[in-house]
Amino acid sequence: MTIGLSPGSIPHLPRGVRVHHDRIRKAHVLLAPERAFDLDTHALEVLRLVDGRRSIHEIASDLAARFDADRAVIEADVIEMLNGLLNRRILGATNLESDQKP
Amino acid sequence: MSDALNDIPAPIGLLAELTHRCPLHCPYCSNPLELERRSSELDTATWFRVLREAAELGVLHVHLSGGEPTARTDIAEIVAYCAQAGLYTNLITSGVGPALEKLHGLADAGLDHVQLSVQAADADTADGIAHLKGAHAQKIAFARHVIELDLPLTVNAVIHRGNIDSMPGIINLAVNLGAKRVEIAHTQYYGWAYVNRAALMPTRASVDRAIALVEAERERLQGHMVIDHVLPDYYATYPKACAGGWGRRLMNVTPSGKVLPCHAAETIPDLEFWNVRDHSLDEIWTRSPAFNAFRGTSWMREPCQTCERRERDWGGCRCQALALTGDAKATDPACHLSPYHASIRNLAVTESSSAAVSPVYRGFGTSASQHPVGETTCGV
Repeated sequence: MTIGLSPGSIPHLPRGVRVHHDRIRKAHVLLAPERAFDLDTHALEVLRLVDGRRSIHEIASDLAARFDADRAVIEADVIEMLNGLLNRRILGATNLESDQKP
Repeated sequence: MSDALNDIPAPIGLLAELTHRCPLHCPYCSNPLELERRSSELDTATWFRVLREAAELGVLHVHLSGGEPTARTDIAEIVAYCAQAGLYTNLITSGVGPALEKLHGLADAGLDHVQLSVQAADADTADGIAHLKGAHAQKIAFARHVIELDLPLTVNAVIHRGNIDSMPGIINLAVNLGAKRVEIAHTQYYGWAYVNRAALMPTRASVDRAIALVEAERERLQGHMVIDHVLPDYYATYPKACAGGWGRRLMNVTPSGKVLPCHAAETIPDLEFWNVRDHSLDEIWTRSPAFNAFRGTSWMREPCQTCERRERDWGGCRCQALALTGDAKATDPACHLSPYHASIRNLAVTESSSAAVSPVYRGFGTSASQHPVGETTCGV
């Protein structure tokens, strides 16, 4: 069974997951239980918009406008990136495509 | 500081063993056979300094461990100090004793994550392994409170002959408790587990079933719970990178302030460990003899020295190499290229098929060679 984000999903970072500025390595990382993910500029821009209020659609529109890029392409990239976090249980979201319990 | 020292990457994790006191007596405990006493534990101010130095050095995650870390009266202050320093806090707990009543305060202090040990899926088996009646029920109550407080929960189960065939129940228990992760960690044979190896070693058939089960459960639970599987060394083909490589990622501070490259490092004789009472963490990380003893690859011999995996597994575990070959610089016998590989595989097969042996339960003053059962308590 898989679950996934759709344009209408509203993602958030749950307790125990946060973006951290690592002053020693001069980089941003996503801190999660037993894990730290290096964030490139794109990933950081996405996560800055993940606030539990904006939908994926709104996040993609914001990024597309600011970076003058194709909205549909950005939205697919955002969904792929955030699905990776969702399946590792380090992202929360409402309005998922399928939300059955095992 | 020389250029070579500047090349040493900063550590990302600090395992803070706040105390060796623990209400449980698990026979696979990774603490040393000689447990450190309460009177030798670091005080609060020293831990604050260590944590501040850790943050300045580049540590991201602090694992508050023990023993049972909530046995420390200052545990909430330590969590709050970490939060203020920007350090990510992971409480590694038994969930027994003072843990439940202190949890709310720890959440308020900014605790990020809880890792709860369980010994088995059912209370009778679990309490037998922990050697403490009622422990399992306390753990269940603790886990429920973790979820009520909206903290992320990882369930950790150390796997051995006494619970390997109940792994399906352990995974279901983790799902039902609301865990986001479960760690299925096959026993690593150091410390108490090394002494009790003959009682703990599972059969090859059980291990094969366990691996197949985890693959199937990962598929079934995708998106609901992550399963991390720490595979058993004695039946492995390749060794694990000990602590991500000696002196590369982790520092382990013992209750009395000794700083180790891994929690079992004191089993290697003649290593010189520095103490936080005498040195800063930075000095210890870059200059202490113990951290430099097996750092990098120049200490390696063949077959490690020219192996294409030498910077993936870093020669495996030094403590296991010493325990099984008598030489801490030898290739970890978990590796199929080690001349000892076949003999440890045979050892595992023989021990796992022998009649049940009573384990020695961990405790203060329990001499592993003299007493069949630990009769002491930890005074938590």
